Amino acid sequence: MALKDIRLDMADSSWLTKFPSMERADLVALRKAMDGGFREFSRSYGDAIEGFFDPLLYFLVWFEKLLLNAPWIVVLAVLVGLTYAACRSWKLSGLVLGSFLLIGYFGMWADTMRTLGIITVATFLSLGVGIPVGITMARSDRVQSIVTPALDIMQTMPAFVYLIPVVMLLGIGKVPGIIAVVIYAIPPVIRLTNLGIRMVDREVLEAATAFGANKTQRLWNVQLPLAMPNIMAGINQTIMMALAMVVIASMIGVKGLGQPVLKSITNQYFTLGLLNGLAIVAIAIMFDRVSQAYAKRSQKYLGGMHGD
Amino acid sequence: MTDQEPLIRIKNLYKVFGEKPKAVMPLVHEDISKDDLLAQTGHALGLKDINLDIKKGEIFVIMGLSGSGKSTLIRHFNRLIDPTEGSIIVDGVDVMSLSQKELEEFRRHKMSMVFQRFGLLPHRTVLNNVAFGLSIQKVPKAERDAKAREWLSTVGLEGYEEQYPAQLSGGQQQRVGLARALCTDPEILLMDEAFSALDPLIRSGMQDQLIELQDKLHKTIVFITHDLDEALRLGDRIAILKDGVLSQVGKPEEILLNPADDYVEAFVRDVNRARVLSVDVVMQPPINRLTTANIDEALKKMRGWDEDYAYVFHQDEYQGVVTQDSLEEVCEHPGTNPPLHECCEDGPTLQPDMSLQDALPTMLESDYPIPVVDADGGYQGTLCKEGMVEALVNSNDVDGDVKTSDAA
Repeated sequence: MALKDIRLDMADSSWLTKFPSMERADLVALRKAMDGGFREFSRSYGDAIEGFFDPLLYFLVWFEKLLLNAPWIVVLAVLVGLTYAACRSWKLSGLVLGSFLLIGYFGMWADTMRTLGIITVATFLSLGVGIPVGITMARSDRVQSIVTPALDIMQTMPAFVYLIPVVMLLGIGKVPGIIAVVIYAIPPVIRLTNLGIRMVDREVLEAATAFGANKTQRLWNVQLPLAMPNIMAGINQTIMMALAMVVIASMIGVKGLGQPVLKSITNQYFTLGLLNGLAIVAIAIMFDRVSQAYAKRSQKYLGGMHGD
Repeated sequence: MTDQEPLIRIKNLYKVFGEKPKAVMPLVHEDISKDDLLAQTGHALGLKDINLDIKKGEIFVIMGLSGSGKSTLIRHFNRLIDPTEGSIIVDGVDVMSLSQKELEEFRRHKMSMVFQRFGLLPHRTVLNNVAFGLSIQKVPKAERDAKAREWLSTVGLEGYEEQYPAQLSGGQQQRVGLARALCTDPEILLMDEAFSALDPLIRSGMQDQLIELQDKLHKTIVFITHDLDEALRLGDRIAILKDGVLSQVGKPEEILLNPADDYVEAFVRDVNRARVLSVDVVMQPPINRLTTANIDEALKKMRGWDEDYAYVFHQDEYQGVVTQDSLEEVCEHPGTNPPLHECCEDGPTLQPDMSLQDALPTMLESDYPIPVVDADGGYQGTLCKEGMVEALVNSNDVDGDVKTSDAA
C-alpha cells in the first residue's frame, strides 16, 4: 500500500522537475494590468511631467545651439582655455587641442558638439542632484539604507529596461535621453560623496564641534573639503559613465556621436563606427585627465602627508 | 585658593553606552559590575558616579590607562558626549541645560580643546588653522589673522603661517593645535592626551612650554594622560580613573605617598620619586632653632635638646650650624665672647620647592640634617637622610612622619 502511494506520487510529481509557475493566462493578465495602468498614468500625467522638464529642454537646446553655432575656433579656444585653467598643464592643453582638431578634420565636429552639450548638462544635473543626496545619506543611516538599494538597482538594471518607461512617459528626444544618462551616471557621485563624508577623520570633525561650529559650518569647513578627493573621484566616474551612455541614449533619439555608431552597427560600417567610437574615447580621456589633474592640483596640501 | 567655588563641578556623572542606556540605570545604581552589566544587558558602563571639583587656574590631570574612560570623561566637559545621568556645572552654568545654540556659543568662548592626533584641518594653512575658532565666531579676517599670528609666535612657530599641517612635524602640529586652542582666549583648556602622540624628547619640551605658558596665562587646564610621569609633572591635582571609576583625587605627592588602593599603588611604584617629590613634602618640622646671640644662653638651651647641633638664626636670617662641642670650646677661652652667629659653621640649606633629586647631592655631603629655608629666610623644617631615604624607597612606611598637607 505504501509502495503504491509513492508510485502514485511519482506519477503526479511533475512539480519536482518543472518549477510550479503561475498560469500563463494569469501572467498575461498581470502584465496587461500593469502595462495598462502605466499607460493610463503616462496618458494622464505625461504632459505635466513633460512640462516639468521643459526648462531643462530649453536649456539643453540653447546650450547645444551655442556650441554648434559659435565659430569652431572660439569653441576650441574656450575648451583649451578651460583645460589650462583647470590643470595648468601645457601638455594636457595641447592634447585637447590636437584631439579636437582631428575630430573636426574627420567631419565629426557637429556630432561631437551635440554630445559635449548633453554630457555637460547631464554631468551638472547629476552633480546638482547627486552631491546633496550623498550629503543627506552621509548624515542619516536611515536615508543610507533606503538610497543604497536604489543605487544598486540603478547600476545593475539594464539601461534598456528603464528606457521603456521613460520613453512611454516622455516620448523620444533629448529630455528622456538626458534622464536616462543621469540615472545611469549619478550613482558614483552619490556613493562617493556619502563615503567621503563618512570617512572624514572623526577627530577633525570633533575639533570643529569643540570650537562651536554648527552643522552648516562643519559641512562647509570640514566635511566637504576633506571629502573632496572622494567626491572628485565620484565626479570623474560620473562623467565617464555619462559618456558610456551616449550610444544607448542615441537609441531614443539623442543626437550626437552615438547615432553614427548605432547606424554603423545596423549597416556594418566598420570605419564609421570606429571613428565615432574613437571620438567618444578621446572626449572621455580628455574629461578624465582634466578632472583628475584639477583634483590633484586642488589637493596639493596633501603632499608630503606621509613623510614626517 | 582652597575655599573658592570650583570653576568646573561634575556631579554624580554616569555614562552608559548601548541601545537604551536609561533603561539599565537602575541596575547600575544597584552597583552591578561592569562585566555583569555587559553580559546581562549588552550595555557598557563607561563612567560611574564621577564627582570632580576643578578650581580656577589649576592644571587638573585625569590619568588612566586605555579603556579607563578618561577620553569619554573629558568629552563631557563640553558635551561632545552627553552623560546618561549627572550634572556638569561650569562657572555656575549647568551645561546640560543649554540649548544647541547656547551650547555652540559656550564652546566658542568658554573652553577649547587640544586633541591627541591634533585634529588640524589638512586643507587649511597653519595660520587659518589657528584662526579657525575665530572664523567660526565670524570674527573679521584681518582681526583673526592678527590674533592667530600673535599666538603662533607665542608657541614659537613664527614663519610657518603659510605652511600646511602635513608639512610640519608632530611636535609643530601640536603647537598649532595649542595655538588654535588659545586663540579664542577661552577660560578653560581641555587637553585630550595632547602630548601622547609625540616622541619623548618633544613631549617633555611641550610640557615645559605648557608650564611656561600657564605661568603667564593662568588658564584652567584639564589634561588627560596615560603617563603618570606626565601627570605628576604637570598636575596641580591628579585624578586617577580606573574602569570608569575615580580611584583617587589629590595632589601629586598625596597620590605618590598615600596611594588609595592597590591599583594606584601599582601605578606609582615605578615612578622616579626623587624627581617628583619636593623637599617641603618630606621634611620634618623645624627643630633646634637658636635666635639668641649669647653663647651661654645657647648652650643652656642646647643641653636640653636630644641633638648636639643647632641652627643659628640672626635677625631672621639663617647663619649656619653649631655643635655643642664647638660652643663649649669657645666658652673655655674666657675673654673672647663673640656673638653666637659669628662662631657657627656655614652650612648648606635647602629650598622648600626643590625636588629631592636636586637636594640629594647637598644631602649626601652634610653631616647634619639640613634646614629648609624659604626665599624670605623663614625656617620651614629640616630634612634628614633617613627621612629622605624613606620617602624615596617606600611610601607606606613613612605615612606618619610625612607632611602631606592640603594647605600648601
